Amino acid sequence: MAAVSVKAAVPLIETRGLTRDFGGLRAVNSVDFWLDGGEIRAIIGPNGAGKTTFVSLVCGRILPSSGAIRFDGRDITRLPAHKRVLAGIAYTFQITSIFPRLSVYDNVALSVQRRLLKSGRVHGAELDRGVRDVLGRVGLADRAATLAGNLAYGHQRLVEVAMGLALDPRLLILDEPTQGLSDGEIETFVGLVREIAKEATILLIEHNMHVVMELADRITVMNFGSVLAEGAPEEIRANEEVQRAYLGTGADG
Amino acid sequence: MMPGAGSRRAVALHLAVIAVLFALNFILPEYHRGIFSRVMVLAVFAMGYNILFGYTGLLSLGHAMFFAAGLYGAGLPLYHLGWGVPESFVVGLACGVVLSAAVGVLALRTTGVAFMIVTMMFSQVFYLATLYFTTYTRGEEGLVLPQAARRVELGGVALDLTNPASRYMIALAMFSIVLLATLALVRAPFGRTLVAIRENEERMRMLGYDVFRAKLSAVILSGLFCAASGAAYALLFGYVGSGFASIQYSILPLLWVLLGGAATTLGPLIGTLFMFYVIDITSAYTSAYLLLVGVALILLILFFPRGLLGSIRERWLPWLP
Repeated sequence: MAAVSVKAAVPLIETRGLTRDFGGLRAVNSVDFWLDGGEIRAIIGPNGAGKTTFVSLVCGRILPSSGAIRFDGRDITRLPAHKRVLAGIAYTFQITSIFPRLSVYDNVALSVQRRLLKSGRVHGAELDRGVRDVLGRVGLADRAATLAGNLAYGHQRLVEVAMGLALDPRLLILDEPTQGLSDGEIETFVGLVREIAKEATILLIEHNMHVVMELADRITVMNFGSVLAEGAPEEIRANEEVQRAYLGTGADG
Repeated sequence: MMPGAGSRRAVALHLAVIAVLFALNFILPEYHRGIFSRVMVLAVFAMGYNILFGYTGLLSLGHAMFFAAGLYGAGLPLYHLGWGVPESFVVGLACGVVLSAAVGVLALRTTGVAFMIVTMMFSQVFYLATLYFTTYTRGEEGLVLPQAARRVELGGVALDLTNPASRYMIALAMFSIVLLATLALVRAPFGRTLVAIRENEERMRMLGYDVFRAKLSAVILSGLFCAASGAAYALLFGYVGSGFASIQYSILPLLWVLLGGAATTLGPLIGTLFMFYVIDITSAYTSAYLLLVGVALILLILFFPRGLLGSIRERWLPWLP
């Protein structure tokens, strides 16, 4: 029988009516979201649109007020964050969150160690190979012994990504990864994300439209906690509602 | 941790420290041998405290209860039920494990200052309980364990725990086991996990670590070491009293660890030893010795802000575990 290419029957991530309130504020409002495996998906939207809250619900840093999340067909709505990571969801923080007083090597080793612990004992040689491999991929091999806190900001972002990468995730969530990077660093970063995308599905929150247009297969636009539009980059670019949300022209337009 | 030459040096250093302590048994005058026996037992208390405070970054103000759990857990069965030394010691350990697991499950729901207060409250409850059940504990006055009961038969050889040499060797044996266990721990994945939780708990959660379980394991291990120290103290020195459950004995291990260097394997020993001798020496000269102790502590904080070993590690010996 010939293999037939079909749209995956089960999406990697699926949310239904996902809602999260903070006091009186509804940060995420009944979001239905669908992400197929293998995609690079960008989430864009004005500040305060609920993007970070939405991905935090997906990775389990916060729990929803109502609604459901499925990961590869399995209901993970109430699963604690660390178990979601083991299931294959890795999250990199918007505000760089590394171990500043540990070396770059040790930062990544913690991540590799977690992956190895899943399958039993941690062997020194295997750990070392895993760390060197990831450091090589993000281009930090020559910084292994530096204290992570002493790195330049752009390199700290790379440590953050390296930690996510070392988990060997099925879904990698990148929360504004290029924020604060120089143009040159952004170019390197775009190449790195393409490289990672060969093995993992990527969910990317990004403000830099150049990066979004360059990388994303599809774009989801959020505004006031809801999904405003979703589609291929060119569709989104042409969407009038999206333009209004971004440019702030009122209903009179 | 990056693989490197530091690891072999560290193991050699720890074995050398144990060897020196062994040799001191034959060199030290009787008085100082007695101090060293006590210091080694209490250093185990400090090492237990260090697991939680130094490595995991959880400041407890209630560790007297774990020490006292071992003390009473071993002392009461020996005194009231006439149990032998090994069984009493094991009961002491078990009490420490059970108590630390129970306290850990409840106290770890809090962090920071709240954790300090909650652990202190549990410890006060324990202290007041030792006073309340005066019939069995004799409260502040305490129990003196009978000399006759403090002997062990080991393969036909009778060990008298009131004999200074066997007391020293038993203290050294326990100290060595706990020291080497700590060294192994901090180099193992679990030890690295604890340090990383201290450094950035939220990141660890998002790396897939079960932070609560790791912290609870640290509390229980810490409780076990402290209880071992308490049980050994009761059996070796023959006295069990409420004073050991008081707030003072929750502060002391913190002080010893801070002096020696938090999150260093040998720091607790150095800190405990230093504190004992500062008090011993100054009290020989003046009745206002606590004033001199205070001055010594201030000088130490000025020149060794990370404790003796901690500052040495920072400046000269980065490979120290």
